[in-house]
Amino acid sequence: MARQTRIRTKPQEGVTEVLVLVSHPMETGQRTDPKTKEKIPAHFIQKMTFTLNGKEIAVADLGIAVSKDPLVAIRVKGAKPGDKVKVAWSDNQGESGSEETTVG
Amino acid sequence: MKRILILVAAIGLTGAATAPALADPASDLKQFQDFFKKKFQTVKFDDFANGLYVLPGNEDYLEQWKAYNEFPPYELGLANGKKMWETPLKSGKTFASCFKNGGKNIAQHYPYWDQTTQKVRTAEMDLMDCAKRNEADFKFLTADLGKEQGARVPLAELTAYFYSLSKGQRISIDLSQPGAVKAYEEGKKFWWSRRGQLNFACANCHMDLAGKNLGGNQPLSAALGHTTAWPAQRLEWGRIETIHFRYMTCNSQVRAKSLKHGSEAYNHLQLYETYMSSGLPLSAPAMRN
Amino acid sequence: MTHTPRRTFLKSGLALGLVSAAAAAGLLKPARVLAAEWPKGAFESKKLEEAIQNLFGSAQATASGSIRIKAPLQAENGAVVPIAVTADLPNVQSIALLVEKNAQPLIANVNLSGAEGYFSARMKMNATSDVHVIVKSAGKLYSARQNIKVTVGGCGG
Repeated sequence: MARQTRIRTKPQEGVTEVLVLVSHPMETGQRTDPKTKEKIPAHFIQKMTFTLNGKEIAVADLGIAVSKDPLVAIRVKGAKPGDKVKVAWSDNQGESGSEETTVG
Repeated sequence: MKRILILVAAIGLTGAATAPALADPASDLKQFQDFFKKKFQTVKFDDFANGLYVLPGNEDYLEQWKAYNEFPPYELGLANGKKMWETPLKSGKTFASCFKNGGKNIAQHYPYWDQTTQKVRTAEMDLMDCAKRNEADFKFLTADLGKEQGARVPLAELTAYFYSLSKGQRISIDLSQPGAVKAYEEGKKFWWSRRGQLNFACANCHMDLAGKNLGGNQPLSAALGHTTAWPAQRLEWGRIETIHFRYMTCNSQVRAKSLKHGSEAYNHLQLYETYMSSGLPLSAPAMRN
Repeated sequence: MTHTPRRTFLKSGLALGLVSAAAAAGLLKPARVLAAEWPKGAFESKKLEEAIQNLFGSAQATASGSIRIKAPLQAENGAVVPIAVTADLPNVQSIALLVEKNAQPLIANVNLSGAEGYFSARMKMNATSDVHVIVKSAGKLYSARQNIKVTVGGCGG
Protein backbone atom coordinates (compact mmCIF):
# COMPACT_ATOMS: atom_id res chain seq x y z
CA MET A 1 0.00 0.00 0.00
CA ALA A 2 1.63 3.25 -1.12
CA ARG A 3 2.00 5.86 1.58
CA GLN A 4 0.21 9.13 0.91
CA THR A 5 2.59 11.84 -0.21
CA ARG A 6 0.88 15.18 -0.52
CA ILE A 7 2.50 18.28 -1.97
CA ARG A 8 1.19 21.77 -2.53
CA THR A 9 2.58 25.17 -3.32
CA LYS A 10 1.44 28.59 -2.30
CA PRO A 11 2.70 32.12 -2.81
CA GLN A 12 4.35 33.42 0.36
CA GLU A 13 6.19 36.70 0.90
CA GLY A 14 7.06 37.09 -2.79
CA VAL A 15 8.32 33.54 -3.26
CA THR A 16 6.72 30.10 -3.66
CA GLU A 17 6.40 27.89 -0.61
CA VAL A 18 6.45 24.15 -1.22
CA LEU A 19 4.79 22.10 1.52
CA VAL A 20 4.93 18.35 1.76
CA LEU A 21 2.96 16.04 4.06
CA VAL A 22 3.76 12.33 4.09
CA SER A 23 1.83 9.60 5.90
CA HIS A 24 4.74 7.97 7.73
CA PRO A 25 5.15 6.58 11.26
CA MET A 26 8.62 8.14 11.83
CA GLU A 27 9.18 5.40 14.40
CA THR A 28 12.21 6.21 16.56
CA GLY A 29 13.26 2.68 17.37
CA GLN A 30 13.12 3.54 21.08
CA ARG A 31 9.52 2.58 21.81
CA THR A 32 8.54 -0.80 23.20
CA ASP A 33 5.47 -2.64 21.95
CA PRO A 34 3.27 -3.08 25.05
CA LYS A 35 2.05 -6.48 23.83
CA THR A 36 5.25 -8.14 22.66
CA LYS A 37 7.60 -6.22 24.98
CA GLU A 38 9.92 -5.91 22.00
CA LYS A 39 11.40 -2.64 20.71
CA ILE A 40 9.53 -1.39 17.68
CA PRO A 41 12.18 -1.08 14.95
CA ALA A 42 13.09 2.39 13.75
CA HIS A 43 11.21 3.35 10.61
CA PHE A 44 11.70 6.91 9.45
CA ILE A 45 12.21 9.02 6.35
CA GLN A 46 15.88 9.80 5.89
CA LYS A 47 15.93 11.82 2.71
CA MET A 48 13.56 14.20 0.98
CA THR A 49 14.59 15.66 -2.35
CA PHE A 50 12.86 18.64 -3.94
CA THR A 51 13.13 19.46 -7.62
CA LEU A 52 11.82 22.34 -9.72
CA ASN A 53 11.27 21.40 -13.35
CA GLY A 54 13.61 18.46 -12.83
CA LYS A 55 16.41 20.50 -11.24
CA GLU A 56 17.27 19.69 -7.64
CA ILE A 57 16.74 22.67 -5.34
CA ALA A 58 16.89 21.14 -1.86
CA VAL A 59 17.73 17.88 -0.16
CA ALA A 60 16.62 17.41 3.45
CA ASP A 61 18.21 14.82 5.73
CA LEU A 62 15.69 13.86 8.39
CA GLY A 63 16.10 11.95 11.63
CA ILE A 64 13.92 10.09 14.11
CA ALA A 65 12.88 13.27 15.88
CA VAL A 66 10.89 14.62 12.96
CA SER A 67 7.22 14.18 13.93
CA LYS A 68 5.01 11.38 12.72
CA ASP A 69 3.32 12.22 9.40
CA PRO A 70 6.08 14.71 8.66
CA LEU A 71 5.38 18.10 7.25
CA VAL A 72 8.36 19.76 5.64
CA ALA A 73 8.37 23.07 3.76
CA ILE A 74 10.90 24.97 1.71
CA ARG A 75 10.67 28.11 -0.38
CA VAL A 76 11.89 28.89 -3.85
CA LYS A 77 12.15 32.08 -5.84
CA GLY A 78 11.16 32.50 -9.46
CA ALA A 79 8.71 29.62 -9.82
CA LYS A 80 6.11 30.43 -12.48
CA PRO A 81 2.60 29.03 -13.03
CA GLY A 82 2.97 25.75 -14.89
CA ASP A 83 6.32 24.90 -13.30
CA LYS A 84 6.55 21.37 -11.93
CA VAL A 85 7.61 20.85 -8.32
CA LYS A 86 8.35 17.32 -7.19
CA VAL A 87 9.30 15.70 -3.91
CA ALA A 88 10.87 12.25 -3.58
CA TRP A 89 11.54 10.60 -0.24
CA SER A 90 13.17 7.41 0.96
CA ASP A 91 13.32 5.82 4.41
CA ASN A 92 15.65 3.58 6.40
CA GLN A 93 13.69 0.44 5.51
CA GLY A 94 13.94 0.88 1.76
CA GLU A 95 10.51 2.41 1.25
CA SER A 96 10.14 5.42 -0.95
CA GLY A 97 7.52 7.69 -2.42
CA SER A 98 7.13 10.76 -4.53
CA GLU A 99 4.57 13.26 -5.68
CA GLU A 100 4.47 16.15 -8.03
CA THR A 101 2.45 19.31 -8.35
CA THR A 102 2.16 22.21 -10.74
CA VAL A 103 2.63 25.75 -9.53
CA GLY A 104 -0.75 27.49 -9.87
CA MET B 1 -19.54 30.03 39.64
CA LYS B 2 -22.62 31.09 41.59
CA ARG B 3 -24.76 30.91 38.45
CA ILE B 4 -23.58 27.39 37.77
CA LEU B 5 -24.36 26.37 41.34
CA ILE B 6 -27.84 27.83 41.03
CA LEU B 7 -28.40 25.95 37.80
CA VAL B 8 -26.96 22.74 39.21
CA ALA B 9 -28.98 23.05 42.41
CA ALA B 10 -32.14 23.79 40.45
CA ILE B 11 -31.67 20.67 38.40
CA GLY B 12 -31.02 18.89 41.69
CA LEU B 13 -27.94 17.15 40.41
CA THR B 14 -25.53 17.69 43.25
CA GLY B 15 -25.74 14.00 44.00
CA ALA B 16 -29.48 13.71 44.40
CA ALA B 17 -31.85 11.56 42.33
CA THR B 18 -33.52 12.28 39.00
CA ALA B 19 -34.25 15.85 38.13
CA PRO B 20 -37.70 17.20 37.31
CA ALA B 21 -38.08 18.47 33.77
CA LEU B 22 -36.90 22.04 33.72
CA ALA B 23 -37.28 24.72 31.08
CA ASP B 24 -37.52 23.74 27.43
CA PRO B 25 -34.44 23.13 25.28
CA ALA B 26 -34.73 26.51 23.61
CA SER B 27 -34.50 28.31 26.95
CA ASP B 28 -31.63 26.08 28.03
CA LEU B 29 -29.86 26.95 24.80
CA LYS B 30 -30.17 30.68 25.30
CA GLN B 31 -28.91 30.43 28.88
CA PHE B 32 -26.01 28.18 27.85
CA GLN B 33 -24.83 30.34 24.94
CA ASP B 34 -25.34 33.59 26.89
CA PHE B 35 -23.06 32.19 29.60
CA PHE B 36 -20.20 31.87 27.13
CA LYS B 37 -20.91 35.10 25.29
CA LYS B 38 -20.73 36.89 28.63
CA LYS B 39 -17.62 35.02 29.79
CA PHE B 40 -15.70 35.58 26.57
CA GLN B 41 -16.92 38.89 25.27
CA THR B 42 -14.05 39.36 22.82
CA VAL B 43 -14.68 36.07 21.01
CA LYS B 44 -16.87 36.23 17.90
CA PHE B 45 -19.72 33.72 18.05
CA ASP B 46 -18.60 31.76 14.97
CA ASP B 47 -15.06 31.49 16.34
CA PHE B 48 -16.25 29.22 19.16
CA ALA B 49 -16.34 26.57 16.44
CA ASN B 50 -12.54 26.51 16.60
CA GLY B 51 -12.17 25.29 20.14
CA LEU B 52 -9.90 26.42 22.93
CA TYR B 53 -7.51 28.18 20.55
CA VAL B 54 -9.75 31.19 20.26
CA LEU B 55 -10.10 31.73 24.01
CA PRO B 56 -8.20 34.65 25.54
CA GLY B 57 -4.82 33.70 26.95
CA ASN B 58 -4.20 30.96 24.39
CA GLU B 59 -2.55 33.11 21.73
CA ASP B 60 0.63 30.98 21.67
CA TYR B 61 -1.49 27.89 21.08
CA LEU B 62 -3.51 29.71 18.44
CA GLU B 63 -0.29 30.44 16.51
CA GLN B 64 0.67 26.78 16.69
CA TRP B 65 -2.79 25.75 15.57
CA LYS B 66 -2.50 28.06 12.57
CA ALA B 67 0.92 26.52 11.81
CA TYR B 68 -0.63 23.04 11.82
CA ASN B 69 -3.44 24.23 9.58
CA GLU B 70 -0.90 25.18 6.89
CA PHE B 71 -1.03 21.50 6.01
CA PRO B 72 -3.08 19.73 8.64
CA PRO B 73 -2.25 16.08 9.31
CA TYR B 74 -5.96 15.17 9.29
CA GLU B 75 -5.85 15.52 5.50
CA LEU B 76 -4.26 12.08 5.45
CA GLY B 77 -7.16 10.47 7.33
CA LEU B 78 -9.67 12.52 5.40
CA ALA B 79 -8.28 11.18 2.12
CA ASN B 80 -8.82 7.66 3.46
CA GLY B 81 -12.39 8.59 4.34
CA LYS B 82 -12.96 10.04 0.87
CA LYS B 83 -11.74 6.83 -0.72
CA MET B 84 -14.17 4.76 1.40
CA TRP B 85 -17.02 7.11 0.56
CA GLU B 86 -16.36 6.95 -3.18
CA THR B 87 -15.51 3.26 -3.57
CA PRO B 88 -18.55 1.17 -4.57
CA LEU B 89 -19.65 -1.30 -1.90
CA LYS B 90 -20.36 -4.95 -2.68
CA SER B 91 -23.83 -4.05 -3.92
CA GLY B 92 -22.33 -1.69 -6.47
CA LYS B 93 -23.66 1.39 -4.70
CA THR B 94 -21.62 4.01 -2.84
CA PHE B 95 -22.33 5.58 0.56
CA ALA B 96 -23.87 8.63 -1.08
CA SER B 97 -26.86 6.55 -2.18
CA CYS B 98 -27.97 6.10 1.45
CA PHE B 99 -28.28 9.78 2.25
CA LYS B 100 -30.46 12.70 1.31
CA ASN B 101 -28.84 15.07 -1.14
CA GLY B 102 -26.08 12.52 -1.71
CA GLY B 103 -24.80 13.20 1.81
CA LYS B 104 -23.99 16.83 1.11
CA ASN B 105 -25.01 19.61 3.54
CA ILE B 106 -26.93 17.35 5.93
CA ALA B 107 -24.45 16.65 8.77
CA GLN B 108 -25.53 19.81 10.60
CA HIS B 109 -28.70 17.93 11.61
CA TYR B 110 -26.81 15.08 13.28
CA PRO B 111 -27.31 13.44 15.73
CA TYR B 112 -31.05 13.24 15.12
CA TRP B 113 -34.10 11.70 16.73
CA ASP B 114 -35.42 8.83 14.63
CA GLN B 115 -39.16 8.72 15.23
CA THR B 116 -39.53 5.26 13.64
CA THR B 117 -37.07 3.47 15.91
CA GLN B 118 -37.56 5.96 18.79
CA LYS B 119 -33.80 6.33 19.15
CA VAL B 120 -31.10 8.94 18.67
CA ARG B 121 -29.00 8.21 15.61
CA THR B 122 -25.46 9.42 14.95
CA ALA B 123 -23.65 9.72 11.64
CA GLU B 124 -21.54 6.69 12.57
CA MET B 125 -24.72 4.63 12.99
CA ASP B 126 -26.16 5.72 9.65
CA LEU B 127 -22.87 5.01 7.89
CA MET B 128 -22.59 1.56 9.45
CA ASP B 129 -26.19 0.74 8.52
CA CYS B 130 -25.54 1.89 4.98
CA ALA B 131 -22.49 -0.37 4.81
CA LYS B 132 -24.50 -3.35 6.14
CA ARG B 133 -27.39 -2.78 3.71
CA ASN B 134 -24.93 -2.73 0.85
CA GLU B 135 -23.15 -5.92 1.91
CA ALA B 136 -19.87 -4.27 2.86
CA ASP B 137 -17.65 -6.06 5.34
CA PHE B 138 -15.68 -3.32 7.08
CA LYS B 139 -14.10 -4.36 10.37
CA PHE B 140 -15.96 -1.59 12.15
CA LEU B 141 -19.24 -3.36 11.57
CA THR B 142 -18.38 -6.15 13.98
CA ALA B 143 -15.49 -4.95 16.15
CA ASP B 144 -15.64 -3.67 19.72
CA LEU B 145 -15.14 -0.08 18.64
CA GLY B 146 -14.14 1.13 22.08
CA LYS B 147 -11.21 -1.26 22.19
CA GLU B 148 -10.17 -1.83 18.59
CA GLN B 149 -8.46 1.26 17.24
CA GLY B 150 -7.69 -0.44 13.94
CA ALA B 151 -11.40 -0.93 13.31
CA ARG B 152 -12.59 2.37 14.76
CA VAL B 153 -10.23 4.78 12.98
CA PRO B 154 -11.49 3.96 9.46
CA LEU B 155 -15.03 4.62 10.75
CA ALA B 156 -13.80 7.93 12.18
CA GLU B 157 -12.17 8.81 8.85
CA LEU B 158 -15.33 7.92 6.90
CA THR B 159 -17.46 9.92 9.34
CA ALA B 160 -15.02 12.82 9.09
CA TYR B 161 -15.42 12.82 5.33
CA PHE B 162 -19.21 12.73 5.70
CA TYR B 163 -19.06 15.77 7.99
CA SER B 164 -16.64 17.56 5.65
CA LEU B 165 -19.36 17.50 2.99
CA SER B 166 -21.29 19.86 5.25
CA LYS B 167 -18.42 22.10 6.29
CA GLY B 168 -19.64 25.57 7.20
CA GLN B 169 -23.27 24.50 7.63
CA ARG B 170 -24.77 25.76 10.89
CA ILE B 171 -25.79 23.21 13.49
CA SER B 172 -29.56 22.75 13.56
CA ILE B 173 -31.01 19.89 15.60
CA ASP B 174 -34.71 19.04 15.42
CA LEU B 175 -36.15 18.44 18.90
CA SER B 176 -39.81 18.83 17.92
CA GLN B 177 -40.73 15.22 18.84
CA PRO B 178 -41.44 14.40 22.52
CA GLY B 179 -39.02 11.46 22.30
CA ALA B 180 -36.32 13.83 21.14
CA VAL B 181 -36.84 16.09 24.13
CA LYS B 182 -36.65 13.10 26.47
CA ALA B 183 -33.36 11.99 24.91
CA TYR B 184 -32.12 15.57 25.15
CA GLU B 185 -32.99 15.65 28.85
CA GLU B 186 -31.02 12.41 29.37
CA GLY B 187 -28.03 13.99 27.74
CA LYS B 188 -28.42 17.12 29.81
CA LYS B 189 -28.55 15.07 32.99
CA PHE B 190 -25.31 13.34 32.02
CA TRP B 191 -23.69 16.70 31.33
CA TRP B 192 -24.50 18.10 34.74
CA SER B 193 -23.85 14.94 36.84
CA ARG B 194 -20.65 14.59 38.78
CA ARG B 195 -18.79 11.38 38.20
CA GLY B 196 -15.57 9.54 38.86
CA GLN B 197 -13.04 9.72 41.65
CA LEU B 198 -12.38 13.33 40.75
CA ASN B 199 -16.10 13.98 41.06
CA PHE B 200 -16.29 16.32 38.11
CA ALA B 201 -19.27 16.94 35.89
CA CYS B 202 -18.68 17.97 32.28
CA ALA B 203 -20.08 21.33 33.34
CA ASN B 204 -17.42 21.85 36.01
CA CYS B 205 -14.50 21.80 33.57
CA HIS B 206 -16.04 23.10 30.39
CA MET B 207 -18.08 26.00 31.61
CA ASP B 208 -16.69 27.92 34.54
CA LEU B 209 -13.14 26.63 34.10
CA ALA B 210 -13.17 26.97 30.30
CA GLY B 211 -9.92 28.52 29.10
CA LYS B 212 -8.12 27.81 32.36
CA ASN B 213 -5.11 25.55 32.53
CA LEU B 214 -5.18 23.02 35.35
CA GLY B 215 -1.40 22.93 35.50
CA GLY B 216 -0.57 20.84 32.44
CA ASN B 217 -0.01 21.58 28.80
CA GLN B 218 -3.60 21.94 27.87
CA PRO B 219 -6.21 24.49 28.90
CA LEU B 220 -9.83 23.37 29.22
CA SER B 221 -12.06 23.92 26.23
CA ALA B 222 -15.34 25.79 26.31
CA ALA B 223 -18.40 23.58 25.83
CA LEU B 224 -19.73 26.01 23.25
CA GLY B 225 -18.21 24.66 20.06
CA HIS B 226 -17.37 21.28 21.55
CA THR B 227 -18.86 19.19 18.77
CA THR B 228 -18.23 21.33 15.69
CA ALA B 229 -14.82 19.83 14.89
CA TRP B 230 -15.70 16.16 15.33
CA PRO B 231 -14.55 13.67 14.18
CA ALA B 232 -11.33 15.49 15.04
CA GLN B 233 -7.59 14.96 15.20
CA ARG B 234 -5.86 15.63 18.48
CA LEU B 235 -2.09 16.23 18.39
CA GLU B 236 -1.69 13.61 21.03
CA TRP B 237 -3.41 10.88 19.05
CA GLY B 238 -1.93 11.67 15.64
CA ARG B 239 -5.07 10.37 13.95
CA ILE B 240 -8.74 11.23 13.38
CA GLU B 241 -11.04 9.89 16.10
CA THR B 242 -14.73 9.71 16.90
CA ILE B 243 -16.42 11.91 19.47
CA HIS B 244 -17.45 8.83 21.46
CA PHE B 245 -13.79 7.88 21.77
CA ARG B 246 -13.17 11.36 23.20
CA TYR B 247 -16.07 10.89 25.66
CA MET B 248 -14.48 7.59 26.74
CA THR B 249 -11.02 9.10 27.28
CA CYS B 250 -12.43 12.15 29.03
CA ASN B 251 -14.45 9.96 31.42
CA SER B 252 -11.23 8.06 32.18
CA GLN B 253 -9.41 11.31 32.83
CA VAL B 254 -11.75 12.14 35.70
CA ARG B 255 -11.29 8.55 36.85
CA ALA B 256 -14.83 7.65 35.89
CA LYS B 257 -15.85 4.47 34.14
CA SER B 258 -16.01 5.03 30.39
CA LEU B 259 -19.17 3.85 28.74
CA LYS B 260 -19.40 1.84 25.56
CA HIS B 261 -18.59 3.46 22.24
CA GLY B 262 -21.96 3.84 20.54
CA SER B 263 -23.90 3.55 23.81
CA GLU B 264 -27.25 5.27 24.17
CA ALA B 265 -25.88 7.40 27.02
CA TYR B 266 -23.16 8.81 24.77
CA ASN B 267 -25.69 9.28 21.95
CA HIS B 268 -27.83 11.36 24.31
CA LEU B 269 -24.85 13.34 25.56
CA GLN B 270 -23.83 14.01 21.97
CA LEU B 271 -27.39 15.17 21.21
CA TYR B 272 -27.35 17.57 24.15
CA GLU B 273 -23.86 18.90 23.42
CA THR B 274 -24.55 19.37 19.73
CA TYR B 275 -27.84 21.15 20.40
CA MET B 276 -26.01 23.50 22.77
CA SER B 277 -23.80 24.52 19.84
CA SER B 278 -26.81 25.33 17.66
CA GLY B 279 -26.03 27.98 15.10
CA LEU B 280 -22.27 27.36 15.05
CA PRO B 281 -20.73 26.35 11.70
CA LEU B 282 -19.37 22.82 11.28
CA SER B 283 -15.58 22.75 11.01
CA ALA B 284 -15.05 18.97 10.98
CA PRO B 285 -12.58 17.49 10.68
CA ALA B 286 -10.28 19.87 12.52
CA MET B 287 -7.25 19.89 14.82
CA ARG B 288 -8.17 19.91 18.47
CA ASN B 289 -6.18 19.24 21.62
CA MET C 1 33.31 -4.10 -30.08
CA THR C 2 30.66 -3.15 -32.62
CA HIS C 3 28.44 -0.27 -31.69
CA THR C 4 25.29 -1.92 -30.33
CA PRO C 5 22.22 0.27 -29.90
CA ARG C 6 21.45 0.53 -26.19
CA ARG C 7 17.94 -0.84 -26.47
CA THR C 8 19.18 -3.98 -28.23
CA PHE C 9 21.99 -4.40 -25.70
CA LEU C 10 19.67 -4.13 -22.72
CA LYS C 11 17.28 -6.68 -24.18
CA SER C 12 20.10 -9.17 -24.66
CA GLY C 13 20.81 -11.86 -22.14
CA LEU C 14 24.20 -10.35 -21.41
CA ALA C 15 22.60 -7.16 -20.09
CA LEU C 16 20.20 -9.21 -17.99
CA GLY C 17 23.10 -11.13 -16.51
CA LEU C 18 24.97 -7.94 -15.65
CA VAL C 19 21.91 -6.36 -14.11
CA SER C 20 21.26 -9.44 -11.99
CA ALA C 21 24.85 -9.51 -10.83
CA ALA C 22 24.73 -5.85 -9.97
CA ALA C 23 21.45 -6.30 -8.09
CA ALA C 24 22.89 -9.26 -6.20
CA ALA C 25 25.90 -7.19 -5.26
CA GLY C 26 23.49 -4.59 -3.85
CA LEU C 27 24.76 -1.97 -6.23
CA LEU C 28 21.34 -1.08 -7.61
CA LYS C 29 19.45 -0.66 -4.34
CA PRO C 30 18.57 3.02 -4.08
CA ALA C 31 18.31 2.77 -0.32
CA ARG C 32 21.91 1.59 -0.11
CA VAL C 33 23.15 4.49 -2.21
CA LEU C 34 21.21 7.11 -0.26
CA ALA C 35 22.06 5.68 3.14
CA ALA C 36 25.71 6.33 2.43
CA GLU C 37 25.00 10.02 2.09
CA TRP C 38 22.77 10.29 5.15
CA PRO C 39 24.92 11.75 7.97
CA LYS C 40 24.54 8.86 10.41
CA GLY C 41 27.28 10.02 12.75
CA ALA C 42 25.71 13.44 13.15
CA PHE C 43 22.21 12.05 13.71
CA GLU C 44 23.43 9.56 16.30
CA SER C 45 25.52 12.05 18.27
CA LYS C 46 24.22 12.38 21.79
CA LYS C 47 25.50 15.88 22.46
CA LEU C 48 24.75 19.16 20.71
CA GLU C 49 28.36 20.18 19.98
CA GLU C 50 29.22 16.66 18.86
CA ALA C 51 26.32 16.64 16.38
CA ILE C 52 27.36 20.01 14.93
CA GLN C 53 31.01 18.92 14.75
CA ASN C 54 30.00 15.70 13.04
CA LEU C 55 27.80 17.46 10.53
CA PHE C 56 30.09 20.32 9.59
CA GLY C 57 33.57 19.27 10.68
CA SER C 58 33.55 22.26 12.99
CA ALA C 59 31.44 23.51 15.88
CA GLN C 60 32.48 27.16 15.46
CA ALA C 61 29.35 29.14 14.65
CA THR C 62 28.73 32.86 15.02
CA ALA C 63 25.47 33.94 16.61
CA SER C 64 23.44 35.86 14.04
CA GLY C 65 20.39 38.08 14.36
CA SER C 66 19.65 37.45 10.69
CA ILE C 67 18.27 34.01 11.47
CA ARG C 68 14.58 34.21 12.37
CA ILE C 69 13.07 31.33 14.31
CA LYS C 70 9.28 31.00 14.38
CA ALA C 71 8.45 28.50 17.09
CA PRO C 72 6.16 28.51 20.12
CA LEU C 73 7.33 29.58 23.56
CA GLN C 74 5.29 26.74 25.03
CA ALA C 75 4.67 23.70 22.86
CA GLU C 76 1.10 22.49 22.85
CA ASN C 77 2.40 18.95 22.48
CA GLY C 78 6.03 17.84 22.60
CA ALA C 79 5.46 15.26 19.86
CA VAL C 80 4.55 17.84 17.24
CA VAL C 81 6.35 21.15 17.70
CA PRO C 82 6.17 23.39 14.62
CA ILE C 83 9.28 25.38 13.73
CA ALA C 84 10.04 27.60 10.75
CA VAL C 85 13.45 29.15 10.09
CA THR C 86 14.18 32.07 7.79
CA ALA C 87 17.86 32.87 7.22
CA ASP C 88 18.34 36.39 5.87
CA LEU C 89 21.96 35.69 4.92
CA PRO C 90 23.67 35.57 1.52
CA ASN C 91 24.11 32.25 -0.26
CA VAL C 92 22.48 29.99 2.32
CA GLN C 93 23.84 26.48 1.73
CA SER C 94 22.20 24.59 4.56
CA ILE C 95 19.97 24.91 7.61
CA ALA C 96 20.20 22.49 10.53
CA LEU C 97 17.75 22.10 13.42
CA LEU C 98 18.94 20.73 16.77
CA VAL C 99 17.18 20.26 20.11
CA GLU C 100 19.75 20.45 22.86
CA LYS C 101 17.99 18.24 25.41
CA ASN C 102 16.90 15.49 23.00
CA ALA C 103 18.75 12.18 23.36
CA GLN C 104 19.97 12.76 19.81
CA PRO C 105 19.96 16.53 19.23
CA LEU C 106 20.08 16.65 15.42
CA ILE C 107 16.54 16.81 14.06
CA ALA C 108 17.10 17.61 10.40
CA ASN C 109 19.49 19.30 8.01
CA VAL C 110 18.48 20.67 4.64
CA ASN C 111 21.02 21.29 1.89
CA LEU C 112 19.87 24.07 -0.40
CA SER C 113 20.90 24.23 -4.04
CA GLY C 114 18.51 26.74 -5.48
CA ALA C 115 15.83 26.99 -2.82
CA GLU C 116 15.66 29.98 -0.47
CA GLY C 117 17.13 30.19 3.03
CA TYR C 118 13.97 28.79 4.59
CA PHE C 119 13.00 25.54 6.22
CA SER C 120 10.06 24.44 8.30
CA ALA C 121 9.14 21.14 9.92
CA ARG C 122 7.44 19.64 12.95
CA MET C 123 9.68 18.02 15.53
CA LYS C 124 9.57 15.87 18.61
CA MET C 125 10.94 17.33 21.83
CA ASN C 126 11.51 15.24 24.95
CA ALA C 127 11.58 18.13 27.38
CA THR C 128 11.90 21.89 27.69
CA SER C 129 14.99 22.80 25.74
CA ASP C 130 16.76 25.35 23.60
CA VAL C 131 16.33 24.74 19.93
CA HIS C 132 19.46 25.62 17.95
CA VAL C 133 19.61 26.53 14.30
CA ILE C 134 22.93 26.30 12.43
CA VAL C 135 23.04 27.96 9.03
CA LYS C 136 25.90 27.53 6.59
CA SER C 137 26.18 30.68 4.51
CA ALA C 138 28.98 31.33 2.03
CA GLY C 139 31.06 28.65 3.71
CA LYS C 140 30.69 30.00 7.27
CA LEU C 141 28.49 28.77 10.13
CA TYR C 142 25.96 31.00 11.88
CA SER C 143 23.68 30.13 14.77
CA ALA C 144 20.51 31.19 16.55
CA ARG C 145 18.55 29.67 19.37
CA GLN C 146 15.19 29.81 21.12
CA ASN C 147 13.85 28.14 24.21
CA ILE C 148 10.70 26.04 23.89
CA LYS C 149 8.84 24.86 26.98
CA VAL C 150 7.40 21.37 26.95
CA THR C 151 5.09 20.24 29.72
CA VAL C 152 3.02 17.13 30.11
CA GLY C 153 -0.13 16.38 32.00
CA GLY C 154 -3.21 18.48 32.33
CA CYS C 155 -6.17 17.20 30.43
CA GLY C 156 -4.13 15.94 27.49
CA GLY C 157 -4.01 12.23 27.81
